[in-house]
Amino acid sequence: MTFRRDLALMWGGGGVLAPLGFFLGATMLVPLAMGPERALLQSAGPPLVWIAAALAVLATLERLFQADLEDGSLEQTLLSRAPLEALVLAKGLALWCAVGLPLALAGAPAAIALQAPVERIGVIVVSLGLGMAAFIGVGLVGAAVTAGVKRGGVLIALIVLPFFAPPIIFGSAVAAGEQVGAALAILTGCALAALALGPIAAAAALRLQAE
Amino acid sequence: MSAARPFQDKPALRVDGLSIARGGRVLFENMSFAASAGEFVELRGANGAGKTSLLRALAGFLKPRAGRIEFDGEDEPALALHFIGHTNGLKPNVSARAHITYWAGLFGAPPGWDIPLQSVGLAGMSERLTRTLSQGQARRLALTRLLVAPRKIWLLDEPAAALDDAGRAMVGDLIAAHCKQGGVVVAAVHEPLGPAPSQTLTVGS
Amino acid sequence: MLSYLANPQRFMGFSAWAAPLFAVLAFVLFAVGLPWALFYSPADYQQGETVRIMYVHVPAAWWAMGVYAFMGGASFVGLVWRHVLADIAARAAAPVGAVFAGVCLVTGSLWGAPTWGTWWEWDGRLTSMLALFIIYLGYLALWSAVEDEEKAARLAAILCLVGLINLPIIKFSVDWWSTLHQPASIMRSGGSAIDPSMMGPLLTMAGAFLALFGALTLYNMRAAIFRRRVEAAELRGAGA
Repeated sequence: MTFRRDLALMWGGGGVLAPLGFFLGATMLVPLAMGPERALLQSAGPPLVWIAAALAVLATLERLFQADLEDGSLEQTLLSRAPLEALVLAKGLALWCAVGLPLALAGAPAAIALQAPVERIGVIVVSLGLGMAAFIGVGLVGAAVTAGVKRGGVLIALIVLPFFAPPIIFGSAVAAGEQVGAALAILTGCALAALALGPIAAAAALRLQAE
Repeated sequence: MSAARPFQDKPALRVDGLSIARGGRVLFENMSFAASAGEFVELRGANGAGKTSLLRALAGFLKPRAGRIEFDGEDEPALALHFIGHTNGLKPNVSARAHITYWAGLFGAPPGWDIPLQSVGLAGMSERLTRTLSQGQARRLALTRLLVAPRKIWLLDEPAAALDDAGRAMVGDLIAAHCKQGGVVVAAVHEPLGPAPSQTLTVGS
Repeated sequence: MLSYLANPQRFMGFSAWAAPLFAVLAFVLFAVGLPWALFYSPADYQQGETVRIMYVHVPAAWWAMGVYAFMGGASFVGLVWRHVLADIAARAAAPVGAVFAGVCLVTGSLWGAPTWGTWWEWDGRLTSMLALFIIYLGYLALWSAVEDEEKAARLAAILCLVGLINLPIIKFSVDWWSTLHQPASIMRSGGSAIDPSMMGPLLTMAGAFLALFGALTLYNMRAAIFRRRVEAAELRGAGA
């Protein structure tokens, strides 16, 4: 129920198009910075899709809980029958559907444009989808601890970016075609762990924010 | 909500030796009071005296520095109360009806519940997006939360803020009706709301 | 011991003599360890004199991680028992740990210049340390961004614990990544193949860093407690 509402709020607020556009814009800058040489793009391009996707998710985190804290919705969810952890997880899943999944799908044309081998596109999209889940799980915590901070965008980035390291490492390995099976398995583990533990830490932080 | 007194008659809310501090400053110390079913407790006090903090502590948002808050006969206090704070808890691009549907799920409305918009003077506005509502209308919409799902204890922080005279009277009627059914209302107010309070507490030293 | 010191009054009494004691201990250990490491220990048969950077680099790396573990413990106590002193301890230790991590990164870079021929090598250990350094910065930034001090303490504690869970994962993935990209590194800092004659100065320096950490943290905590007392007194004065 809250999942559907969160999803509708994210769609309604134009929250889907902005990260998608950001992602494509960042991808476009890559060949402009490196030169359009195919060999160079082939080796460096696909992992850069990951950087662009990570930054695009990061940009959606700042207002995730801040709006709920400011307009009083957070207080209402504290009086709900559902545990706050579940509501936070629902919000994370809604963010994945509204932003993570479109970004993963947009990863296909972006990877092709950056000269990734066509037969690897499918696995890149799957890995991006898993990576987005891991980013969002960690991002929930970053968004929750900074919910009370005005203009906390840079702060969220600083807090969250080191925790993006594992998914970036394994995701880029998939994109570069190195040890794909192992990397995908670990990436799945990262996503599940982040979605399981992130909401617990984020809910604890949000209870404090409501004080 | 048709039964005359659906809530128990014994003391519903008991506060014992409560102390609250905000940002290192003690707002009040050693406050005690109890409210039985059907009571309307009015909170008075100057700005910054701690009325809001007291209500937030009762709601369980704010951890008191000392003292106890007991809800007799309630296993899960958070599920026994409604809280209307300074903020209305509304999303600008969502319709009134969608808000009410959401609250019904959130607070557990009984089967067969109905949108009580007419009882807060918002008849015919169910499809309006809340950003198109005036401040008073938004406040009225927030107050419908109290009616969507019956809960015994109402904690109201300036419930009539931004409301006109008719709105104030409406809030008074809501409170009177809830107390008549055996509910408990604790409200911070600046001016009397209509129904005579059974107790008036002055918050602050 | 911990519960004895949990009382701020007793802590102030204890730290009044413990902080200078740690400071003196750190001074003595550095006075012994630095000359020992820099002049009286053997040069490495492969790396020559540059190996002496290790005596600063490795203890800094150890205690950058050790301090974070300490902060994790303090954060846990602060969150679960809502203890003010634990919050203050975690906050007081953080800048020290951040500086240790920074020292480790700078000395690692300096060490890399003669050994690897580059000022920065994306070695697994150095990369993990960089991640730890950034986590320290995020922790400190969160503390200063949240205005309410009590709330800042709890939120930072949550962040610290999340970091504590994540650090081994980051370490593991960075190690996986570095074996993928550079199968043969010229040298691994630390490692098990350390000559016994190097252990003496290395452990002395590690002790010196630990004593320095103890002294700085205790002084930081005392400063924080004094500041809170002054603020509380001002609030009382304003209220009266």
